[in-house]
Amino acid sequence: MQCDDVADDLAAAADGSMLLGRNERRHVERCLRCQAELVQYRKVLRAMRAMRTEVLEPAPGLLSDILANIEAAGERRAIRSMIHGHRAAYLGGLAAATAAGAAGAIVFASRARKLRTAS
Amino acid sequence: MPQDVAHLVTAARDGDREAFDELVRVTYAESFTLALRLTGNEEDARDVVQEAYIRAFRGLSRFRGDAQFSTWMYRITANCANTHLVKRNKHRHEVLDDVEPVADDRPANDPQLQTDATALRHQLTVALETLPPKLRQVVVLRDIYDLSHEAIAAELGISETAAKVRLHRARKKLREDLFPRRAQEAADAV
Repeated sequence: MQCDDVADDLAAAADGSMLLGRNERRHVERCLRCQAELVQYRKVLRAMRAMRTEVLEPAPGLLSDILANIEAAGERRAIRSMIHGHRAAYLGGLAAATAAGAAGAIVFASRARKLRTAS
Repeated sequence: MPQDVAHLVTAARDGDREAFDELVRVTYAESFTLALRLTGNEEDARDVVQEAYIRAFRGLSRFRGDAQFSTWMYRITANCANTHLVKRNKHRHEVLDDVEPVADDRPANDPQLQTDATALRHQLTVALETLPPKLRQVVVLRDIYDLSHEAIAAELGISETAAKVRLHRARKKLREDLFPRRAQEAADAV
């Protein structure tokens, strides 16, 4: 086995997401160059993980910009929901009026039929 | 999730606007840090963070609370950064892939900086900035923010296989940038 055969797997082996095969492990145990590469990958990973706790301070003004945008988005949403609510109320009223009209027509028709039968 | 953040999330989901504003105050610097690492410049990072919080505000009812709020924000920020970078690069007619820095100003070539962990971190910051954006996004989200391959693939709109390939290429490039002499020796010896 050559270093090239192992090289592609060293990065994944360094973070433990992949285990080296038996032959690869045996090669790395004997190969100083591959061991050095593995150590280098581990150093890079450790440095990357340490960056997780770093917080870079933004220039002033970002927070107020974000809050202003959310405010605007909230207002747009409120207006949309108001329009939606009015539309729903209008459609509901229309449906109720239609139902009442239909019920009236049925009552009227049945009375007319009764009168015709009585005469 | 820290208790106070959990309370704020619950209150914000119930429609408490002040609670959402407080959530922004508590988390925006962290989201900005991620956006800056993904985009590589402050102006883009500011745009990305603003867009990310508007999306979070609109989609808070969909946040199930089984992940940390910060992780949820990372995913939204990553998605916004990706959209932003794609738009920006379309506009500028730049190619995202395989962008090499013109000048070799890597601090790894400065012997004074090759001493301790702080220097390594500084070198890493510069090396990350010189990575092509497609590689940088994946390695930042995986190795700094610990997002799963699945989450990274979903937010960047790529397959998990593509995410893994990019991660491998990014790590290799970072190692070569940070340890150039030994990497070259290794290459010569093959």
